[in-house]
Amino acid sequence: MNTIGWPNFRSLNQEGIVFAIAVVLFVAAAIGLPGFIDPNNLVAIVRSVSVLGILALGMAVVIIGRGIDLSAVAIMAMSVAWYLQLLNSGTPDGLAFAYVLAGVLAIGLLNGFLVAYADVPAIFVTLATGSFVFGYVRSQLITQDAVPVPQGHWVELLGGLRFLDIPIEVFVFAGLAFLFFLFLRYTKWGRYIYFAGDNPAAARNIGIPVRPMLVLRYVLSALVALIAGLLTAASLHSINTRVVNSTLLYDIVLVAVIGGIGLSGGRGGVRNVLVGAALIGILLNAMTIIDIPLLTQNLIKAAILLGAIIVDGIINPRDEQTAQQGDI
Amino acid sequence: MKFIRTLMAAATALAVTAFVAPTFAADDPGPAAYAQALKGKRVMLVPLAMGFDLAQGWAHYLKTEVEAWGGVFETRDPNWVVDAGAQAITDAISSDTRPDVLIIHAPDLNSYSKLMKKAQAAGTYVILVDNPANFPADAFIGSDWDRLGQLEAEAAIKGCGPNSSKKIGLVQGDQANSSSLYQYAGIMKVLDKNPDFKVVAKPDSNWDATASRNVTTTMLQQNPDICSIIDFWDGDATGASAAIRDAKLDGKVFLVTTGGGEKAADCDKLQDGTYGAVVMTDLARQSGDMNAIIKFLLQSGQPAGTSHTYIYTLEKATTKADLKPDSCWDLKALQAQAAAAK
Repeated sequence: MNTIGWPNFRSLNQEGIVFAIAVVLFVAAAIGLPGFIDPNNLVAIVRSVSVLGILALGMAVVIIGRGIDLSAVAIMAMSVAWYLQLLNSGTPDGLAFAYVLAGVLAIGLLNGFLVAYADVPAIFVTLATGSFVFGYVRSQLITQDAVPVPQGHWVELLGGLRFLDIPIEVFVFAGLAFLFFLFLRYTKWGRYIYFAGDNPAAARNIGIPVRPMLVLRYVLSALVALIAGLLTAASLHSINTRVVNSTLLYDIVLVAVIGGIGLSGGRGGVRNVLVGAALIGILLNAMTIIDIPLLTQNLIKAAILLGAIIVDGIINPRDEQTAQQGDI
Repeated sequence: MKFIRTLMAAATALAVTAFVAPTFAADDPGPAAYAQALKGKRVMLVPLAMGFDLAQGWAHYLKTEVEAWGGVFETRDPNWVVDAGAQAITDAISSDTRPDVLIIHAPDLNSYSKLMKKAQAAGTYVILVDNPANFPADAFIGSDWDRLGQLEAEAAIKGCGPNSSKKIGLVQGDQANSSSLYQYAGIMKVLDKNPDFKVVAKPDSNWDATASRNVTTTMLQQNPDICSIIDFWDGDATGASAAIRDAKLDGKVFLVTTGGGEKAADCDKLQDGTYGAVVMTDLARQSGDMNAIIKFLLQSGQPAGTSHTYIYTLEKATTKADLKPDSCWDLKALQAQAAAAK
């Protein structure tokens, strides 16, 4: 069947399809849109998806282990809002950060504990803890939606950091992506995540510490959310907790899933996140340059995603062998 | 003589009783009627969310006044969720303690129309604040968004100057909220009269600061010679200002926005040059208008839904040059005051 020069369509998976769409869009935009190919614009594209991508890395690790973390955005916004509120009311920086770090770890541990040891489905646990974090912090710890960064604070300075004229978020995203890649690919616990995600019962039978590892994943995801929140505040000089109500959470899941990380667990990696983030970044940037209204943008975004899923369904049909229990 | 003296005394007594007595015997009927009409009446504010400056300012001024005349003031916090707001209004209408006046900050033109009609049918006066809706409320109090857009456009044109690129970028809110739609219409009216000024891009931020930053970055990337940007709300204009800062165009791009005139959100940012001009709502006066119309409606005796009044708040574009100590109100000070009162 294989002829020289033609890719093997049978071997194309969702990641490949999305990557192809991203490349086509990129080439089309580079030809058709003035200024798109400008290095500064390319940096802006990467930057615009950096925070999204960082959150998606945390989400990816959880999803590969057959879980999901719906509390990520709440942790991201509320931890940083609380931190800034503490600073604004005069708490010493070190102490404030220690409080917040402890809070974030506690929520990560709680998520992990409830999923791993209380056997509550991750989707319910993290939905509940996300609401709890938002409600508690919003009502008890901060006074309003938007909390500004105190003038001259390191978070503000962080936002102004540039290397080679490239914003710091891009390096943090790249650095974290590399660390997650090393973790998933080359560490024992990283490899175990795939086993646990693919078949938790079998993983447990061969002696993998499935439950402690589950807890670790949720703690990782919470810490990643904190980093994403700090970067957001660094760039905007404030954090607005309204973001918890936005579609950001779905966008995170989307970036992971569209890149080809199966919600059923055990499949995918950092590369999938990068491909998903690239598609979203190129798409949003091109549509903004063309000046397409938001409603139409959402329609186009949804249509492309739906198209990718349909093509994947045709090329890689599901059957009794490929489908598995828990496949959403 | 004695008779005359008696007569004079009698006349004096008569005169005294006739002219002075009324002020002693019968009080000014006003306060009693006022108290009778208002005492124990319930006023409820349902804003888009309680967590932002406008709502917190309104709540402060309304609470002070309503409680002063013996009424009950309550708020509900839908936290930007339209359904939660609808639920709050539904519960309020059907509860035993149905509010006599419902002040609603509508999320869009249509969502609450049916509920507001229900409220009026139940006998509750409905006052719309800030965002207009397709519903004949008893009163609308807030900005004339069209006029507000015109003021923004005029400020942008002035900020650009005659020798500039005359390129203006807009960061709209969304395509559903009346404040965004009317603001856009107002801006375009002014720009139509100044045809040498061009809108080079008009993306939406969906009221989100990160989105505002991303679209502004792209906009400045495509048109580095933009002389002014109008962002439709100070809540997300921090994003546009971050993009300008990142592009090292501070001082070159005149950022115009609109807001509730809160000190940290508006005046401080005018002072440090983040914003070039802010069309600010005089929140204390707007709240005063609400208080006045509440008092009027409760005394009027007219059934809810009888009259439809529009009270537009006076808007003004403020720049650093005409910033005064009292240009803004201070949310922190109000919160400290409320905490001290507890």
